[in-house]
Amino acid sequence: MTFDEALNDALLVEMRRDSSVVVIGEDVELKQAALFKEFGARRVRNTPISEAQIIGLAVGSAAMGLRPVTCMSFSDFLCCCFDEIVNQAAKMSYMLGGQTHLPLVVRCSTGAGIRAAAQHSQSLESVFAQFPGLKVAVPSTPEKAKGLLAQAIRDDNPVIFFEHKLLGRMEGEVPAGEYTLPFGRADVVREGDGVTLVAWGRMVPICLDAAARLSAQGTEAEVIDVMTLTPFDEETVLASVRKTGRCVVAHEAVLHGGFGGEVAARVAEKAFASLKGPVKRVGAPFSPVPFSPPLEDAWIPGADCVVEAIQELL
Amino acid sequence: MSMTRDEALKIYETMVRIRTFDETAAALFEAGELPGFVHPYSGEEAIAAGVCSELTKDDCVCSTHRGHGHIIAKGADTKRMMAELFGKVSGYSGGKSGSMHIADFSLGIIGANGIVAADIVVANGVAFALQYQEKDAVCVAFFGDGASNRGPFHEGLNLAATWDLPTIFVCENNNFASTTARKTAMRIERIAERAAAYGMTGVTIDGNDPIAVKHAVRAARDRMKRGGGQTLIEAVTWRHHQHFVGDRHVYKNPEEQERWLSDEMDPIPRFERVLAARGLAGAADFADVKKRAEEELAAAVAFAKADAYPSAETLTDCVYREG
Repeated sequence: MTFDEALNDALLVEMRRDSSVVVIGEDVELKQAALFKEFGARRVRNTPISEAQIIGLAVGSAAMGLRPVTCMSFSDFLCCCFDEIVNQAAKMSYMLGGQTHLPLVVRCSTGAGIRAAAQHSQSLESVFAQFPGLKVAVPSTPEKAKGLLAQAIRDDNPVIFFEHKLLGRMEGEVPAGEYTLPFGRADVVREGDGVTLVAWGRMVPICLDAAARLSAQGTEAEVIDVMTLTPFDEETVLASVRKTGRCVVAHEAVLHGGFGGEVAARVAEKAFASLKGPVKRVGAPFSPVPFSPPLEDAWIPGADCVVEAIQELL
Repeated sequence: MSMTRDEALKIYETMVRIRTFDETAAALFEAGELPGFVHPYSGEEAIAAGVCSELTKDDCVCSTHRGHGHIIAKGADTKRMMAELFGKVSGYSGGKSGSMHIADFSLGIIGANGIVAADIVVANGVAFALQYQEKDAVCVAFFGDGASNRGPFHEGLNLAATWDLPTIFVCENNNFASTTARKTAMRIERIAERAAAYGMTGVTIDGNDPIAVKHAVRAARDRMKRGGGQTLIEAVTWRHHQHFVGDRHVYKNPEEQERWLSDEMDPIPRFERVLAARGLAGAADFADVKKRAEEELAAAVAFAKADAYPSAETLTDCVYREG
């Protein structure tokens, strides 16, 4: 099953399981054709291109007991509903003293690599990881796509769900039927004792590629897929760093101000004595995503960047 | 529209309780006893009282930064409201919201909102849930003239009409967005005209006449039930105070301000004259209502002052719902 098929499977299973789950957003009737065929426009409904209203629908209906799953075609469009996500969805439970909670999901495709230029290519997960009240999930495989999306739907809090464009056709084994993965529990996807690589989303397979190259040179990297930035499983990362003594955090988002800085700071604060060198970060240059293929290729941090960062530590 | 004495006095009492609450809050703020901001609703009471007189307990309201009136009219407990204004633990949000985010879900009060126009798109979400759950109820979105210049107003009206949502849009045109006069912020004279752009009915009414407001809401609900679509009600009014208590900017024409605050225009004495003329109530009734409102607010303030502040250990409670 592909990554995209696994996401659809999660929705199908959860919608059959719970009649309060509805899918609303841009183009969902066509893009979720199987769901639309089974559930019709009552539960799978196209919206106008009205991002603020789409999230407003999710906030108001979630407060009244529905479990809306909203679909933003591109994560860049979250900027058109920043108020509704940040000032409304994230804060409503807290501001109202817990009188309500908002079980809503905001799905969006994220990342560069399809020559879509600066307004359709960003990685904004670090931005949303900053806000108390939101959860942020970033799957890296078909199995995790299904498990994390199903969990996002069942979670009683707003979840921003980032699906990397280049992972859509990734094939993998996916458990059938009901399947969830808990939030806040990182996955050690490769064990090693030479260096800890911390990543999420598409950067996980890139780190695995880098780890394979390093293995040929005699260094075994431990690769950790954090899966959710909020909540963040600090313990798994710290335990690994205490074993390896070295840490590289890699993300596709712009390096400056990225969540890699948060990971690096926590490692420095809590595992400093174990470190044999500085925590290194890998991320994109401080520029919007360029269009021209050679420029975009140069912008996206790849396995070479990860290998280089590790070699500087060794 | 015919009204019984009880119905009429209930609306009058709601208006007086709102006025008393906000004048009390304003005085407390001026005296330095209240933290934060207070945006008094004084002058606009006929709208909240008239709208909510047409709502059932199943109907919902989404409110604004100037929201005390809507919340009182929908039935909220002024003790818990006042405790919230003081930031105390028995407040509606346990001291986490203050004046601008009060809610009571048990009464269909989905919350006041500090972001102008944001409640419009949320109200549609509430209405969508009511529609999905096949409930015979509506959600009222209150907002001001300033909100009608923001994107969520336009996205919201368009969607409500397109999806035939049970939302009633009530624009309280008090002629100022913060300190900016409405006339300098839009080319049109009547905000209700904007309804036509979305295929819904727009009506402009006297927002200082609670009977006109009540009638407009009843008509809007009837129209919706008949399949006639949504309604944007523009209720023209005037806020007696500045944008918030303590705002010293000078931007209102003093003659206009004096005229709107006169007994002739102020919605409370105006409604007293209507009630008296119809033989529904008289001076003794009005004095009695005012006395009870004063007593209610005195008790609310005493309750709030005696209440405890939340403990620091509760600071991160309710950021997430666990489980």
